Amino acid sequence: MSRVGILRLVVVGAFVVALELLCRFGLISPRILIAPSDMATRLVQLLASGKFNADISETLGNVALSFVLSVVGGFVIGAVIHDFPRLRRAIDPFLASYYALPFFAFYPLFIVLFGLGRGSIVAIGFLFGVVAMIIATLNGFDRIPRVLEKTARVYGMRPVAAVLRIKLPSATPYLFTGIKLAIAYSFIGVIAAEFIMASSGLGYSIAYAFNNFDNRTMYALMLFVIVLVTVVNALFHGYEQRLLRRLGR
Amino acid sequence: MNSGCCDDWGADMQRLLDVALLLLAGLVFWQVLHLIAPFALTSPAATAAKAWSMLASPAFWPHAAETGKAFVFALLLAIAGGLVIGLGLGLNRTGAQVAEPILVSIYSLPKVTLYPVILLIFGLGLPAKIAFGTIHGIIPIAIFAMNAVRNLPGVHLKTARVLNLSRAQTLLTVVMPGALPEIVSGLRIGFSLTLLGVLIGEMFASQRGLGFLIMNAIGLHDVPTIMATILLLSLVAISASAVLLWLDRHLHHRAA
Repeated sequence: MSRVGILRLVVVGAFVVALELLCRFGLISPRILIAPSDMATRLVQLLASGKFNADISETLGNVALSFVLSVVGGFVIGAVIHDFPRLRRAIDPFLASYYALPFFAFYPLFIVLFGLGRGSIVAIGFLFGVVAMIIATLNGFDRIPRVLEKTARVYGMRPVAAVLRIKLPSATPYLFTGIKLAIAYSFIGVIAAEFIMASSGLGYSIAYAFNNFDNRTMYALMLFVIVLVTVVNALFHGYEQRLLRRLGR
Repeated sequence: MNSGCCDDWGADMQRLLDVALLLLAGLVFWQVLHLIAPFALTSPAATAAKAWSMLASPAFWPHAAETGKAFVFALLLAIAGGLVIGLGLGLNRTGAQVAEPILVSIYSLPKVTLYPVILLIFGLGLPAKIAFGTIHGIIPIAIFAMNAVRNLPGVHLKTARVLNLSRAQTLLTVVMPGALPEIVSGLRIGFSLTLLGVLIGEMFASQRGLGFLIMNAIGLHDVPTIMATILLLSLVAISASAVLLWLDRHLHHRAA
């Protein structure tokens, strides 16, 4: 491992150890924070008991669904917008200020539209992720070398074939920026929606434990979410690096 | 007078027209949705009327002021903290390399899971909302500031060293102006996320503020209030974002 990688581990490790010591010596009250080792043991107990298996698989299912919808939907919408330069110029300012919208304020609207359940939660995750993917697709398509587009024309490819065989592979590095954001935003959207208003799922379970002063369960589940998201992000990052190396960039 | 200017002008006009058309299409879509599901959402005209009457009612302003206060404090803290972290790490090569993946993974965490911790530390009320807004905004500002400093041309920093500038002078006269365009890009994202953080905080546990107003309206199934509050929030957020976007493009253009 590189020197920087080791330093990074040391920094994170030191942080965890410091938290552990502060909690063990009573400098941080157990009513506020419990020691990281306690979180981990409790998490292992909870996972072994299977108490939260249904919530975990439900949340993961919602995240996966909104991730796939945002990536596929964002790519298709981006590819279509890119084909109409006039529409694209008009839509640019909307895309640029899209993330200024306070999304979670729309959540009640979805509840009225889709009911209190999976539909509204996935809708929030999708809305959160899809525009990052649209922007990444537009960016990627903008940077496709002219000669490749000409090649597609010379071969008389239909638009769909040109997108799949030329544009998609050529824009991959930029698409990955969108894919990584889409996975992060799907997690954020789904868990926050569950947290504010749902009757099952990981976000709900954390809020429920908080409302019942069950700090040990709450922190164990938080640890689970943090580790899960970090691992998923790291996997995508690793895959991206491998892909980029293969593409020789 | 060359023809280039007038072509530009014509293109700009066409673009404005297209943007207006798109807005109009959005409004039509909204109206159609309303016609399909009248109980789920109010029409654009009714929402605007409701928003206008809310603005005139004295009961609305304490909530708006509460959210505004939490947001302003959170944003100031996020900017100050983000710049200190970002500039500090940016000037230290190893520090930046060590910190970047950590910052990026904190950025992609669903921070709402951490809200209970903040509530346990600060208790219910304004400080918890401020803290929650701050942790949303501080990371993107720090990441952008850090990368801006890392990408400064080395010759600028060398010049500062040759001129024997103190650390404070280097920061104020070399690093800050050079990194400003990127810092404004970070501010734009930090601004939106801070607002989102404050609102989520108010939606989950609060007795005041616009987020509370929305949650309360959900409880009462008061669709017009939900829609009008969303409309007002979106208008404020989008106008602020548009100003920052303009500033952003202006600065990047000047720098290029």
